Amino acid sequence: MFDFSIITQWIHSLLCTYMPEQLAIFLECVLIGVIILLAYAIIAIIMIYMERKVCAAFQCRLGPTRVGPYGTIQVFADVLKMLIKEIIEIRHADKFLYNLAPYIVIISSILAFSCLPISKGLEVLDFNVGIFFLMAASSIGVVGILLAGWSSNNKYSLIGAMRSGAQMISYELSVGLSLLTMVVLTDTMQLSEIVEQQADGWFIFKGHIPALIAFVIYLIAGNAEVNRGPFDLPEAESELTAGYHTEYSGMHFGFFYVAEFVNLFIISGIAATIFFGGWMPLHIAGLDGFNAVMDYIPGFVWFFGKAFFVVFLLMWIKWTFPRLRIDQILTLEWKYLVPIGLFNLLLMVIIVVFNLHF
Amino acid sequence: MEEQSYIKGIIHGVSTLLIGMKTTIKEFFTKKVTEQYPENRATLEISPRFRGMLVMPSDENGNNKCVACGLCQMNCPNDTISITSETITDEETGKKKKVLVKYEYDLGSCMFCQICVNVCPHDAIEFDTEFENSVFDRSKLLLTLNKK
Repeated sequence: MFDFSIITQWIHSLLCTYMPEQLAIFLECVLIGVIILLAYAIIAIIMIYMERKVCAAFQCRLGPTRVGPYGTIQVFADVLKMLIKEIIEIRHADKFLYNLAPYIVIISSILAFSCLPISKGLEVLDFNVGIFFLMAASSIGVVGILLAGWSSNNKYSLIGAMRSGAQMISYELSVGLSLLTMVVLTDTMQLSEIVEQQADGWFIFKGHIPALIAFVIYLIAGNAEVNRGPFDLPEAESELTAGYHTEYSGMHFGFFYVAEFVNLFIISGIAATIFFGGWMPLHIAGLDGFNAVMDYIPGFVWFFGKAFFVVFLLMWIKWTFPRLRIDQILTLEWKYLVPIGLFNLLLMVIIVVFNLHF
Repeated sequence: MEEQSYIKGIIHGVSTLLIGMKTTIKEFFTKKVTEQYPENRATLEISPRFRGMLVMPSDENGNNKCVACGLCQMNCPNDTISITSETITDEETGKKKKVLVKYEYDLGSCMFCQICVNVCPHDAIEFDTEFENSVFDRSKLLLTLNKK
């Protein structure tokens, strides 16, 4: 497995020969920030294109085909359109909060994004409470959504934001429980360490039944976390025009839109990291030749392959099921997912204590 | 719906959700129905029930089935159809017979209700799927359907 820390170390030592170490570290931070923003934008574009194509296929259509080969330039055209549109400041809105809200949403999303270990040695934020940090960072987003709804001076926005608040705060619990279930198995919260432990088998196989239940709960709760799929009632078009971002236009709307799609990728990326071994290739104990072949595929290919597989699963769910009512959403969470999650946690503890996992 | 037990409810819910997902994944791989119109003119598939333009089918000699009864003209809500007919006498039998001279159809005022086709006793007229009807001059929409 190629270790990208060789490259990063080389860049660091190269910069240190030309300038003092403090300046070199500062420069590297700026460089990494730019790279993260760039990757963020590229993933958002890929996600939007994929969403349109997958949605079209599920509805027996073709999707965008006209702009560029297979419609690939379509999303760039959309982004360009969004960028040149006017940002309208509405009257009687709380100007400061109104302008602040999209940035809070996107900052929380970028913070969570930078936690994902993309390949060996390519971890931006990697420390011993990685999963905690990830969950904390990603739940800042709900503050932005609540602020957007509150400051817009629009009842649809407010209702959307309130629904979103109730939903996201509830489902945070299930996400936490299912991640905790896996932390019981891994014994660590550091994301790179979690990936390393899956070298001899992904956790979805190693943890068998409780891991599978945790994965399903995580998928459902994660889908609800990003306000998508059957849980998109914060922005239910038919009831609330567009929910919390009704009053936003131009790039401020674009931030919400992009953050929604990258949050979907982040949810999938975490699922890929924790359940499917992140950048770790598929290793089957005993088949050394097969393992060696799998090792030739670079880590980031594995990571993105797995992440986009989970993205596809979530899109499949989104374009299959009708939207839930608010009471159904809360019933699903508090009467089904949380009790099952708690029971599953107990089951995982029993399995780890009696060493029943692989 | 009768009250289900908690566990039964979960199993039932999951199984129905899986049925839904099975249905959509089948749809995902079926042939797509989108027609990429200007490029695929040659292979364009239009539903046979689509009403594009009124036509009067005729055989190789140009004979049609129209008996000039005028039912279509009478039933047309927009006065789109106007029939000119003449009465001729058959030389052998000496019977008088109405014969179609000109069947005029104004595409510009047709609303494609298909009443004319439904009332026709001899199925002499029908709608075909030709839909590229735009022309630069309104007078070009005045069509004569019979060829003889």
